[in-house]
Amino acid sequence: MDVIYDTLGSLLPFAWADYKFMINALIAVVLIAPLMGILGTMAVNNKMAFFSDALGHSAFTGIALGVLLGVKNELISLIAFGVFVALVITRVKNKGNTSSDTVISVFSSTSVAVGLLILSYGGSFSKYSSYLVGDILSISKKEILCLFITLIAVVVLWVFIFNKLLIISVNRELAASRGIKTNLYENIFVAVVAVVVMLSIKWVGILLINSLLILPSASARNIAKNSRQYLVSSVVISLLCAVSGLLISFYADTSAGATIVTVSAAVFFITYLFRKK
Amino acid sequence: MASENGCGLCKISVNNIGVKKGADVLLSDVSFELHCGELTAVIGVNGAGKTTLVKSILGEIHHEGNVSYKSHHGDEINKITIGYVPQHLDFDRSAPVSVEDFLLVGRTGSPVCFRRNKKISKEIDKALETVGCLDLKKRKLGELSGGELQRVMLVNALYPLPELLILDEPVSGVDATGSEKFYEAILNLKQNYHIAIAMVSHDLGIVREFADNVVLINKTVLKSGTAKEVFESDEFKKVFFRVPEREA
Repeated sequence: MDVIYDTLGSLLPFAWADYKFMINALIAVVLIAPLMGILGTMAVNNKMAFFSDALGHSAFTGIALGVLLGVKNELISLIAFGVFVALVITRVKNKGNTSSDTVISVFSSTSVAVGLLILSYGGSFSKYSSYLVGDILSISKKEILCLFITLIAVVVLWVFIFNKLLIISVNRELAASRGIKTNLYENIFVAVVAVVVMLSIKWVGILLINSLLILPSASARNIAKNSRQYLVSSVVISLLCAVSGLLISFYADTSAGATIVTVSAAVFFITYLFRKK
Repeated sequence: MASENGCGLCKISVNNIGVKKGADVLLSDVSFELHCGELTAVIGVNGAGKTTLVKSILGEIHHEGNVSYKSHHGDEINKITIGYVPQHLDFDRSAPVSVEDFLLVGRTGSPVCFRRNKKISKEIDKALETVGCLDLKKRKLGELSGGELQRVMLVNALYPLPELLILDEPVSGVDATGSEKFYEAILNLKQNYHIAIAMVSHDLGIVREFADNVVLINKTVLKSGTAKEVFESDEFKKVFFRVPEREA
């Protein structure tokens, strides 16, 4: 790790590169951004923007359950509950006749309410309010390593499931007629999204995580004509927005997460103007 | 995957298909046979259970009965390959998926966004050419016209070469030229490949022109036989009496 600090410190002759927390944050966004860029493509293709929003909100209950059960590492209860919510929403959505936005909304508001209820018991909510907007500057080496392993795992998994997800996103019945187990792949996908969202939520924040997942891919969709352009531009846009947002936040003294999302939104509107119909 | 002509000996049997939804019986005891090199049309009024039948054969919904296959050597084969051209492909037209991406998905395990195998790419060119769609390869799936899309779907359904090809109202809502081109491709297939074709259709004119056999259903099989036999039967007149020949 020290080697990385030294190299980056000498490579980047900027004021911000003198701060270890900035280097850490930079490495973290360089890991989180491609993760979001990759997963976002299919989340947008499958019209899951609202789903991932609800997933982010379910973090409240995830943390609360961890506190209730006395789990030492909040991450464990966060991920477990996130994956649970993701699978349940998907199942209810595919099974029932209720419109999926209603189902998702019910889950979203319930998990926010239950989470707040438990966390605010005894007036101790302020302890957890950092989860709302996240704090990328506080990320540690160990946590960076964890993100790195996740990125590798997601890329490897992606190689295996990309084609299936692509055909499912075009049409489920058609995918099923080709012998693809649509439910299985959909569940794998939502579970991976849940894990990645929950891993990143502490740094990005419950309120902003969804924008990071959706905006780069939504921008890429405006300009891409095929799946290669889509994936590549989503990852590139995600990286550019994350790095430039982080640096702007340093100089402008603003919240890192909020600045990244604002830059991403600006990119979305620009690509929207140039979209291919 | 030899492209021998239909020998007429291969037989796909649809055996006693029954589907219930709650207390409603959607289909009961539907049985008929399909032969390679022949086009069998399934006709019936709206709500007769045509689409339910297709879904049962595809194994998408829970049903009684089964589909069995006997090759021309007389061997019983349990699992057959089915190609399926859906009625209206309901998909997000703004999705960044090109025709090439779409066709590659069925042919390769490696992510279509990266490696492009030249051999497979050539195969796709050839397949697109047989339905006159080579120029569409780089286009976005969502930009295609109805007729173009159905021909691309047909190409998709033909790999891997199926024993049974199911067409569910393949050209409803497609203009005359598009529809003509589609049936040209189907005729070509029937003559050159060793597959049985089942087509669900509303368009009795098309059925009369192209179908070798016709199965008339309304919850169950009312009449089956050659097109002529079915069209002249009392059952047919009963079902389609006062029903306009071309429905919207």
